[in-house]
This record gives sequence, structure tokens and C-alpha cells, in this order.
Amino acid sequence: MQEIAWNISILFMGLLVVVFAVVAAGSRVQAASGVLISAGGKLRTVLFWILIVALVPIAWLTLADLPYPPPNGGTGQAKEIKAVGSQWSWELSDNKVAVGQAVDFHVTATDVNHSFAIYDSQYRLVAQTQSMPGYTNVLRHTFDEPGTYKILCLEYCGLGHHEMSAEINVVKR
Amino acid sequence: MNTNTQSSLPISAGAQKVVIGYLAVCGAVLALLMVFGLLLRLGQGGMVPLPADLSYQVLTAHGIGMVGISGLGGAAIMWYFLARQVALNSSILLLNLGLFLLGVVLILGAVFIGDFAGAWTFLYPLPAQSGGAWEAHAAAIYMVGVLLVGVGFLLLHLDTGWAILSRYGSLTKALGWPQMFGTSIDDAPPPVIVASTMVLIINTLGLISGAAILVMTIVNIYMPSFAIDALLAKNMIFFFGHVFINATIYMAVIAVYEILPTYTGRPWKTSKPFLIAWNASLIMVLAVYPHHLLMDFVMPTWALILGQIMSYTSGLPVLVVTGLGVLINVSRSGIRWDMTSGLLFLATLGWAVGVVPAIVDGTIVVNAVLHNTLWVPGHFHTYLLIGQTTMVFGFMYFVAARPDSSGDTTLDRLAFWVFAAASFGFTMTFLYAGKASIPRRFAEHLPQWTGQDQVGAFFAALVIVAVLVFVIRFFVRLGRPKTA
Repeated sequence: MQEIAWNISILFMGLLVVVFAVVAAGSRVQAASGVLISAGGKLRTVLFWILIVALVPIAWLTLADLPYPPPNGGTGQAKEIKAVGSQWSWELSDNKVAVGQAVDFHVTATDVNHSFAIYDSQYRLVAQTQSMPGYTNVLRHTFDEPGTYKILCLEYCGLGHHEMSAEINVVKR
Repeated sequence: MNTNTQSSLPISAGAQKVVIGYLAVCGAVLALLMVFGLLLRLGQGGMVPLPADLSYQVLTAHGIGMVGISGLGGAAIMWYFLARQVALNSSILLLNLGLFLLGVVLILGAVFIGDFAGAWTFLYPLPAQSGGAWEAHAAAIYMVGVLLVGVGFLLLHLDTGWAILSRYGSLTKALGWPQMFGTSIDDAPPPVIVASTMVLIINTLGLISGAAILVMTIVNIYMPSFAIDALLAKNMIFFFGHVFINATIYMAVIAVYEILPTYTGRPWKTSKPFLIAWNASLIMVLAVYPHHLLMDFVMPTWALILGQIMSYTSGLPVLVVTGLGVLINVSRSGIRWDMTSGLLFLATLGWAVGVVPAIVDGTIVVNAVLHNTLWVPGHFHTYLLIGQTTMVFGFMYFVAARPDSSGDTTLDRLAFWVFAAASFGFTMTFLYAGKASIPRRFAEHLPQWTGQDQVGAFFAALVIVAVLVFVIRFFVRLGRPKTA
């Protein structure tokens, strides 16, 4: 997902830079503004509809598989692990899960806001949810690969924020 | 002072001095805060020893300082051009600057004397529960400092609102509703009126939300039994923060509308698409803030979906109206390029480009793996550093220009190109680090992350060198005699 986000961003950011550069390069030549403004108005309308037409299916597709828990709490097949954040440590009710096993992390906090972020063995972020006092966020995640996963805090929570970590061992079935 | 703009009513010499005072404070504080930012990247990269407590203090000062100074720069631009259309009170302008400086003193004292390091977002209940890192008084003084800055801006917007209402009779007329819903665009308010009205509405709402949560936080600091719902507090803080920082851009872009056309000879006239875009932005900037809460799964799902959709649509006015509008205005115009026009053009590019990674991050499934990584400072530095702040730099060159000026120096032009290249390098390094899942707001980084920190620090240092040229040249040009 991170690669896709990066590639899309680079593509469109680069495109904008090129367009601005081309316009700047040709800006010293003077042409009648009437024709340009008229053509620009049409271009604006076309661009607007292109963006709308492009964004609607993108929104539709990306909203089809949200990371949020279903309203009824799911099928009941998932393993439940309670995760409680405190300055500056995690308390997990269990830290061993199997590959392919859906896990519902019930995430809360005792003091301030934290964020429960799962990093794989290559330190790539694979899932996260906020950890808040007074609330329980349910994060469902299925681990695809065995290994030692790190839990980091991604919401600034004070001077020990960067040291707040735990481990989850994901084993083959 | 340069008086060549689309608007022609003069402003008083006293008011001009206050505007220059705003810019002088902006230049000096921006440079200082950029050094703070560089220090953070050097510390993360292991190039200077920066203890965690000091790192988070610097982070707090850098964040809140940049938000505030962006507001001050935007306000200077808006006030300067709005005063040419309606009767503004320069005493309020001065009062806002005074409250800002007083607030800054309190914030710096709370951070560097009181050790407050609650980040600029001061997420409840962290200010009251520091884990022993700072005293209650330090947190309260920080909150009071931010409150004073907010009160100053609120007074400023009340004055702009009073002046606009006195001239146009209603906010809807100042937003161009009669023309937007009518058949004729005649007598439409000029862009500066539309933009200033939009800003006064959104920022008043944002500042009230911010003031309310600041006061509640102060009460909580001294009376822990006065508890606030953490999710409500988070909503109020992000609503305030999102609206305020976006308002800084909406104020600053007035410089683009007012100044750039004088270089191209093509006036920026209010059109129906312009009115639709600004009125739509008014709604969207208020409704989009849940995109900061996409990982708060207990939020109503409809609000989070709205956050994603609004993230997509709120980029359209930037790209389709202002971005494309600038391109049309400049294209084959015979424009006279100098530091002012160059910086304003670059700033429009920065704003437009910054929209892209912001929209990407506003997608819920993407946010799940980018939220609170360095991708976030990557996208907001793009539209704030290369966008908003560059608009302020362009305005500084514009204000300091003299009728006898024969142009910019080679040093100015060199600084421009260094700034353009380095600021893109700096922000792209952040985005790349976000792609690599490196967390934001970490005082210490793993060994495999430090290479990107060092590259970022290199570009940050170049940005600072260029900015120092901009700022010093601003003071030098102001100090020159008005006649040759």
C-alpha cells in the first residue's frame, strides 16, 4: 500500500511540476489574453469533470474495504487480545498468534492518547488504531507471515513515547 | 513600499508600519523555528546529541510556533489588501501583534523554562499527565499563551467582519451569493473580499472551538476531577487546528490574486467558478477535519467516510480554480519575472503539489499505514513551506520593493533556486520516510532510519540559508532610502 501511495503521489506531483515549468518557460512571450482566458475556462470545466469522474470510482473502491470493525462485532471467529497503553508501555493479554488467524485487538489506554501500531519484522507498518482513555477501539488484523512483530506507539504521549514498544510472535499453524 | 496592486485605496503610513512589523517578526521567527526544525532532524539523524526531553520541547516550540507565525504572515497579507477595500482599524492589527508576542513569550517560557513538551496539539489529557516531565503551571502557561494568540486573531477577524459588513451589508453578499446564484457577475465583490469573508467565518468558528478546549484543559490541569471526554477533546482540537492552519493559506493566497496579475497585466476578476470554489471551500474546510481522526475507530463511520470524501473534493478548488487560474494568468503573458512574481508562482505550485499526498493520506485504507508516519509532515510541509510560507516571502519582497529599485540581485536569484530545489528535496525526504513507515514525533530513530534524516537535514540546512537571504534582503531593502 505504501508503494502505491508513493507512486501515485510522485506521478501527479511530478505532472504538476512539469505543467508549471512548461507554462513558466513560455511565459515571456506575449499573446492576446482573450483567447487564452476563453480556452482556460473550457479547460477548467473539462479538468473539473475529469477529476470528479476519476475520484468517484476511486472513492467507491477504497471505501469498500474499510479497516473498521463491523457494527455487529464480527463473526466471533477472531481471537481476542486486549491491548492497554500506558506511559510508556503496552500490556497485552496475549502475544502469540497463528498465521492466518484473524485477531481482534481491543485497544484502550489508562492515561493519555497512544496509538497501537503493528510493525512487521522489516519495520513496515501493517495496521494501526488509536489507543484512548475511556474508549476501546477494535482493530481486526490477520497476520500473513510468521515472525516477530513490533507494537509501537504512533501518537505522541510524552517523553518516553519513542520507547513504548511490545512484541507479538506470529507462528505457523 | 510598493503600492502597485489590483486594489488602489491607500492605507495609512502607520498601518503600513504595522504590516512591516508583522513581516519583520515573521522573517525573524521563521528563520529561528526553521533552525529548531533542523535541530530535530539532526538529532534524529544522530548528527547532534539531542536528549529526548529537549527534542520534544523543540518539537513543541517548532510546531506551535510555525502554526502561529503562518497565521501572522497570512494576516499581514490579508489585512494589507483588505484595508484597500474596507475601513479596517489599525489599532486592532497592532493589538493582535502585541497579543501574539505576549503569547509567544509565555509559550517559550513554558517550553524552555517550564519544560512543557506536550506537542503543539496538546492532546487532552497529556498536558495534565506528563509522567512527571513538567509541572502543572508550565502546561497552564502554555495554554494561556496559545489562548492569547487565539484571542488576538479573533479580535482581528471581528474587525474585518465589522468592516466587511459595513461595506457589503451581509456576509452572503460579501461571499458573492447574489452573483453566484444570479445571472450576472457584475458588481461581484473582489477576490480579497470573498477570501477574507470566508476566512473570518471559518477561523472564528475554529478559534472558538480552540479557546473552549484550551480553557477546559486549563481547568482540568488544576482540577483533575473536571474530566473531559477524550474523543470530544480530540475533535475540538483537530477542528481548531485544521481550520486555523488552512486559514493561513487562504489568507496568504490573497497575495497571489492581488500581486501576480500586476506582473502579467491580466486582472484577476471574480468569476462564477471563483465564487463557487470559495463558497464550497468554506463548507469543506469545516467538514473535512475528521480526516485527522481516521484511525479513531470509535468515531461514527459516516463521519470518517465524510472525511475521506471531503479530502478529495477540497482539493478541487485549489487545483481547478487557483492553480489553473494562475497558469492561465501567467501563460504567454509576457510576465516580468522577479523575486516577488517568482516566489508567488512557486508558492502556487507548492500549494497545488501538496494537495496530492494530502489526498492520498486522506484515503482511509492508505491512512491505516501512513497516519502519524513522516508522510504527514511530508505533505503539510509541502503546502505550508513551499506554498503558504513562500507566499509570505513573495509578499515580503513586494512590500520591501522601492520605485527606484532596478531589480533583484544575483544573490536573491541564487537563493530562490536554492530554496526551490532544497524545499522540494526536504519535503520529498519526509514523504519517502513516510513510505518507509518511519514514525513522526520520535526523538530517537533506529539506525536504518537515520540516513533519511541526514538527507532531510542537508536539505533543511540549504532551505535555511536561502531563507536567511530572503529575510536579510527584506531588512536591507526596507532600510534603503526611498529615492536614488
